[in-house]
Amino acid sequence: MVAAPRLTVVLVVPEPLTGPIPFENLVTDLINQLQLVLAVAGDPAHASGARPGGPTLGELPNWVLAMPFLPLLACVLCGLCAVFKVRTKLPAIITVVSLAGSFVVAILAYQMTMSGGAGGGGQYAVLKAWDWINFQFGVREAQSVVANFSFYIDALTCLWMLFVCGLGAVIALYASEYMSHDVGPGYCRFFVAFNLFVFSMACLVMGDNLLLLFLGWEGVGLCSYLLIGYFYTKPAAVAAGKKAFIVNRIGDLGLSMGIMATFVVFGTVEYTKLFELIAAGKTGSGADLATHWAVWVIPALLTVGAFGKSAQLFFYVWLPDAMEGPTPVSALIHAATMVTAGVFLIARLYPLFTADPNLSVLTFVAWAGAITAFWAATIEMAIFDIKRVMGYSTISQLGFMFAGLGLLTPVGAAFHTFTHAFFKATLFLGVGAVMHGFGGQLDLRRLSGVMWMKGFGLVGIAMLIGSINLSGVPFTAGYFSKDLILAAGFATPDTMIGGAQWVAWLLLITAGMTAYYTFRTYLRVYVGPKEFVPGDDPDLVDMGRHPKGTSLDDWHAQHGHGHGHSHDHGHDHGHAHGHDHGHGGVADRRLAHRQDFDPTTEEFDPHPPGLAMKAAIIIVMTLSVLAAGLYFYKAMPGGDHGGWVGGVIHASQVSGSQPIVDKAHGGTFFGQDPHKVMYYVSALVGLIGILIAAFLHGPKGWQGLFIGNREKCDVAPRADRLANAFGPLTKLARNKYFVDEIYDALIVKPLWVLSHIFHLIDKLLVDGLVNLFGLLPRGAGSLARKQQTGVLHEYAIRMAVGVALMLAIVIVVKGRGVI
Amino acid sequence: MIDAVLTIAQSQTPGPMAQATLFHYLIVSALMFGIGLIGFLTRRNLIIMFLCTELMFQAAGIALIAFSRFHLNHTGETFVIFVLTIAAAEAALALALVVLLFRRRETLDAGVWSQLRG
Repeated sequence: MVAAPRLTVVLVVPEPLTGPIPFENLVTDLINQLQLVLAVAGDPAHASGARPGGPTLGELPNWVLAMPFLPLLACVLCGLCAVFKVRTKLPAIITVVSLAGSFVVAILAYQMTMSGGAGGGGQYAVLKAWDWINFQFGVREAQSVVANFSFYIDALTCLWMLFVCGLGAVIALYASEYMSHDVGPGYCRFFVAFNLFVFSMACLVMGDNLLLLFLGWEGVGLCSYLLIGYFYTKPAAVAAGKKAFIVNRIGDLGLSMGIMATFVVFGTVEYTKLFELIAAGKTGSGADLATHWAVWVIPALLTVGAFGKSAQLFFYVWLPDAMEGPTPVSALIHAATMVTAGVFLIARLYPLFTADPNLSVLTFVAWAGAITAFWAATIEMAIFDIKRVMGYSTISQLGFMFAGLGLLTPVGAAFHTFTHAFFKATLFLGVGAVMHGFGGQLDLRRLSGVMWMKGFGLVGIAMLIGSINLSGVPFTAGYFSKDLILAAGFATPDTMIGGAQWVAWLLLITAGMTAYYTFRTYLRVYVGPKEFVPGDDPDLVDMGRHPKGTSLDDWHAQHGHGHGHSHDHGHDHGHAHGHDHGHGGVADRRLAHRQDFDPTTEEFDPHPPGLAMKAAIIIVMTLSVLAAGLYFYKAMPGGDHGGWVGGVIHASQVSGSQPIVDKAHGGTFFGQDPHKVMYYVSALVGLIGILIAAFLHGPKGWQGLFIGNREKCDVAPRADRLANAFGPLTKLARNKYFVDEIYDALIVKPLWVLSHIFHLIDKLLVDGLVNLFGLLPRGAGSLARKQQTGVLHEYAIRMAVGVALMLAIVIVVKGRGVI
Repeated sequence: MIDAVLTIAQSQTPGPMAQATLFHYLIVSALMFGIGLIGFLTRRNLIIMFLCTELMFQAAGIALIAFSRFHLNHTGETFVIFVLTIAAAEAALALALVVLLFRRRETLDAGVWSQLRG
């Protein structure tokens, strides 16, 4: 396209034109002039030297493209399932198979990436699928916008895709059973959005330019919205979906401005060129990057985007509400993958973030992350909804990750993202199993001893494993990854990140609080006396109801294990003999409020998870345990901390900021090397948290570590007394500090008032003007209308007079000789 | 006979016995038109009004024929024959309409048909 000499208005054509002028030259001239006026992006220095950090991987085979496109194919197939009214679990099968395929491709791509050369990495490959945005607006090579549908594959990409696809496949398996009460169009819709989400996430993670990342970013936001609002007849779910979407728009504004600023300053949005320029310390026009305004403005804008998507600081409010979505969605999107997109964004552009000699944005990120982690942890300690606890816990753990990025340990942040993805998915799948089995019950005061109930043993074990990971019990994956961040906080000197020690202290306290709230949930819900009150979700309650005198298993054996069995089955088969399960009394009391539930003939038994859910729980549980081993597995030489993930990060483009990261040492923890002593300190803090939880919430006996005294499900005497002692503070935290109400008063209400003012202006002024113009012909018409009397003779007289007048005029005029 | 009429019509000088000139024809035509017009404007009976329009029609026809004679060509006459034919057809329609109007209101008064009042 550049072969023909270009005609420009401004520049003199160097040689005579030969051949026809390509059409694009006309457009080019237009844009060229515009560009001169705006004086955007100058001429990027074409660094012809070595690429930063090492050679490229060369060619990767094309089948690596299957990683993003298999989910897209599955998305289309699930859509076709909806079109052809498939009423089986076919969409789930398609999804599991395609995501498992993507996962296998991700493993192979990882192996190829890591085997490409020696450590200290920075190797990458770009695989192009097709042209997306590719045009020139000027004569010079730099005057072009190139953002193709091509994928940038390096170690960081592989790391993220491994857990996105792997967890995607496992959670799809879980969802195949979890969503089975909705088999039919809803089931297809769920898996269409699910696959679309994985495809968008792949675009976000694998895109070789910021625009493709933005496309994926918006794609995951859309899928998040669709899946939060999956139960669209539930007003709370619809509102939560809207809230997530709108809050994310604010962050996305920052991200899009950041991308535009990147283009203006660097003249490109492609990672390869961007990293070359950053490594050379130049902007696109050859200016010195370190003193350029962009060096902190672009990271700041991108951080706004990252905070929106990852629910940090002021933006976190959408994530707890997003728990309205089906639990598999919460596990995959709102715990493991999508919410880590912000972490990924900063990690991907880490060389840019560390290009600032003051590290101002990273300092901000560190503080913001720590404050968010602490803030969310205080709320978790007070609220009772176990799924919301997990939601706030995700916010808190994301705060740890951001603090890790800010404290110059991208390895720690990536490692924590990775381990968190698995153990938080475990926790969510466990919570989902309880929600599924107990009619949607999520209140920890209404559940107790779940682990000892029939069919829930595995769930209890999974929850225990998730909880010890989250609390940082020694030798768990969560323990190692959290340690890296805490140690980095104490090791980073104040001169690089202002107040790094204080950030680390805040994180350490939060780690203790994390252990407390995690085991608070675990000890209240999963161990202790067997007692429960079923929830009031009609679909889920139906799965556990059966006539009195039969057991749930027998009932399902007789009538098929159909989840959607009819609402009135209980009444026909009722045998009212007083068969008491011990918990039956509580169940009946609650369910008596239901119109169609007759406590004299029916009762409710918890519905244990089936094969698919159990399999998924076992897989993620095992992976969370195994993830700890990664800490001891060195994939690559280089990188003294972080084991496997450390090696992976060193092999990726993040190694571009290695010189800065290497300088972040020297701080001490009471005179000791934080990287050594933190193993003991954080273990101690975690154990203290667990012991406090056991003391306050643990049941009597060994289940409460012999220090608990809880005897019933809804009363934990010590905890209640303590909560009362704190009085208003507890109330404040329990109501989530009224942040939603404050936002409502400060933002939503004023906007509401403003919009109504605009509505009035529109109605009175704009509509008024239009109506006024509408009145003019009407008024004129009302005058003219009176002429129409309907009397034939009047018309005739007027006609006669008119003709006479015309004749008279003709005669007079003719008489004067004019005509 | 025709020749005689032609000479009379063409003669510019009136003889002792008052000859019918263009002027006379036009007078007749104007009178007929006037009668028709006045009748149309003053009478309310639909049939009478219709007859008056016919009267005006024929007045125009007389004027046309007179001018045609005066100019010694047949254009006006041809025209009038067409007009008469069409007027006959139109009369049939108009009378049918009058009958229908009468059936609806049991009166021939044109004054009752004033719904088109604005």
